[in-house]
Amino acid sequence: MALTRRSSNLLKSLTTINPTTRLFSTSSDSSITIETSVPFTGHKIDPPSRSVTTSSSELMTFFTDMSQMRRMEIAADSLYKAKLIRGFCHLYDGQEAVAVGMEAAITRKDNIITAYRDHCLYLGRGGTLLETFAELMGRKDGCSKGKGGSMHFYKKENGFYGGHGIVGAQVPLGCGLAFAQKYSKEDNVSFALYGDGAANQGQLFEALNMAALWDLPAILVCENNHYGMGTAEWRAAKSPAYYKRGDYVPGLKVDGMDALAVKQACKFAKEHALKNGPIILEMDTYRYHGHSMSDPGSTYRTRDEITGVRQERDPIERIRKLLLSHDIATEKELKDIEKEIRKEVDQAIAAAKESPMPDPSELFTNVYVKGYGVEAFGADRKEVRTVLP
Amino acid sequence: MEAMLQGIGAASASVSPCPVDRYYRFGVASLQSLPVIRPEGRTIAGSILRSCRARQFITKAVAAKADSNATSAASKPGHEVLLFEALQEGLDEEMARDPRVCVIGEDVGHYGGSYKVTKDLAKKYGDLRVLDTPIAENSFTGMAVGAAMTGLRPVIEGMNMGFLLLAFNQISDNCGMLHYTSGGQFTIPTVIRGPGGVGRQLGAEHSQRLESYFQSIPGIQMVACSTPYNAKGLMKAAIRSENPVVLFEHVLLYNLKERIPDEEYVVSLEEAEMVRPGEHVTILTYSRMRYHVMQAAKTLVNKGYDPEVIDIRSLKPFDLYTIGNSVKKTHRVLIVEECMRTGGIGASLTAAINENFNDYLDAPIVCLSSQDVPTPYAGTLEEWTVVQPVQIVAAVEKLSQ
Repeated sequence: MALTRRSSNLLKSLTTINPTTRLFSTSSDSSITIETSVPFTGHKIDPPSRSVTTSSSELMTFFTDMSQMRRMEIAADSLYKAKLIRGFCHLYDGQEAVAVGMEAAITRKDNIITAYRDHCLYLGRGGTLLETFAELMGRKDGCSKGKGGSMHFYKKENGFYGGHGIVGAQVPLGCGLAFAQKYSKEDNVSFALYGDGAANQGQLFEALNMAALWDLPAILVCENNHYGMGTAEWRAAKSPAYYKRGDYVPGLKVDGMDALAVKQACKFAKEHALKNGPIILEMDTYRYHGHSMSDPGSTYRTRDEITGVRQERDPIERIRKLLLSHDIATEKELKDIEKEIRKEVDQAIAAAKESPMPDPSELFTNVYVKGYGVEAFGADRKEVRTVLP
Repeated sequence: MEAMLQGIGAASASVSPCPVDRYYRFGVASLQSLPVIRPEGRTIAGSILRSCRARQFITKAVAAKADSNATSAASKPGHEVLLFEALQEGLDEEMARDPRVCVIGEDVGHYGGSYKVTKDLAKKYGDLRVLDTPIAENSFTGMAVGAAMTGLRPVIEGMNMGFLLLAFNQISDNCGMLHYTSGGQFTIPTVIRGPGGVGRQLGAEHSQRLESYFQSIPGIQMVACSTPYNAKGLMKAAIRSENPVVLFEHVLLYNLKERIPDEEYVVSLEEAEMVRPGEHVTILTYSRMRYHVMQAAKTLVNKGYDPEVIDIRSLKPFDLYTIGNSVKKTHRVLIVEECMRTGGIGASLTAAINENFNDYLDAPIVCLSSQDVPTPYAGTLEEWTVVQPVQIVAAVEKLSQ
């Protein structure tokens, strides 16, 4: 194992590093079993086992993906301060484990829908850095052609349904996605992510009731970062055990900073949802930034708390320690990956800055769908004002 | 860009006309020769067109006395239906035609619909396609929009339009705006329908007119049906439309009886209906007020006036072509609506006509709307919150001076 690694190190210096497809021939992609940091807690269900099977390549993918997400969010922070990103910018750093763990457990045919903290989930679903930055800066090459902004990232072909600004409104949409999957008899599930703030929304319980009533393959994932904007969870919720809030719907509490635990939970949830209907997952996670870029994040919590979580529970550090302890990579290799990612992100930002602003005529496109039907003319009947279906 | 900004009603885009879209305007015979492949086509639309070609299809389906050649030549005696049966027929035909069409609402399935619009559909299509929901408007509207994002075509029924206020966020943000904010990735082909308007002493909360609240939501279309003929046609057109359409029905019109054609027909979503051509004054109306206007028209004719009555049908966008032609002919406009005075459809229509046809008007536009009050329970009071025929007659007389 060590021998192959040293020789591949030599090769590495001659070739450019591609973090996702490097260094490992399939023979050294051994399967590893790792225990999650904390056991799962179940509500009306037997929790899955703590031992997660993974492989060295999967751990490396976790590391590179999470580093890329972290780097992207930090870069977005600087871009916002440089006034290239305007409006609202909600950053996901600290919560990356949820995104990568979920991706590892499901396919692109399963759907994910989330609220406004969607940049990293978009990346996880196959979005590119260029599309992300271009959309954040309002350029034409953005994923929503610059018309959506930070809170409206979508990628329909990969099953990423966004990207929604109004708190809690995405949960009924997510149940609708599950309804459509059941209607078309697909064997897939829909994950509807929401935060601990949104967990107090009425429409969530309405949607949960319907999902349970009709056995929809919907998985509601509460990303509990313990603060609903500026309000701590104990000040907003009488019962902060969000995984128990489903009452008759089973729930599972997961350490959301441990990508492997997230992966195990999502896999378990998918199997459950396909057979028995909805399940709630509560991801115990944390965000280092404030609620959004206009929130310093330190008025309602102490800096010590933030640094404490960063030291003890940081998701990337956890994977780094695993990689080092299992001899899958050396310190230097990981540092090189991070450098490479930094460069990628900088290149994407430069390319996004080059991307043009949308054309003024784009103001009126995509309001209605073109297609079927009558053209509506202006008063003179000569110029087509809109083509309506 | 300036020309675009003069746009009326809906947002405008100057795009080159898509020739295939004109099939609604052609007679039946030319449908065969139309190319089905469209320039920026959606293959789904293309295939549906292909399947329609075989059947006889009334395309220019406007119940206009002026151009009766298309309708009278093709229509047979037909069959008599009540308005809710016409809606049911339209819904049934569309559900049979496209397996993605489903109905979501309260009491639509086993109960058959609170106004019998979905009667027997659950027996025919099953519980999943005609879905009985719990009383949770916000979330079942959201669910329908989520399903529409993946390609289904849900028809959302609000038991009373007023209940859809609870779902306003879903209708406004997700239904109306998702196509835009996703840069065109998602289409939301939903139909949101339900009875609204002032009924017989139903009380304030059950007599609401939501046209005014929905009209500024970008991205949705609004239509109001008034006869069994246009109810069925509009229902079918709304289901086939790729845009979200809000179809306003009226509680008191469900038992109207009319003879409608046997063969399949679809009515254009953006066209107004010429109810009674005339020369002196243009009366624009929609939904139940059409009948009040027609009643007033009888009195007016006896008094020697010749009103032109247009049922605007399309509340968003307005059919300013038909309306414009009428204004150019008569030079006087009276708008009769059931919506509230403040911020209602009449207010927008007044602004639109003033903006576009100011030169043709001989007198300021008169707009008769409901009073800005919650609808009282007492019958006599309720009668005077909506516009009555005597008021219409008086307004026409004043306008014609």
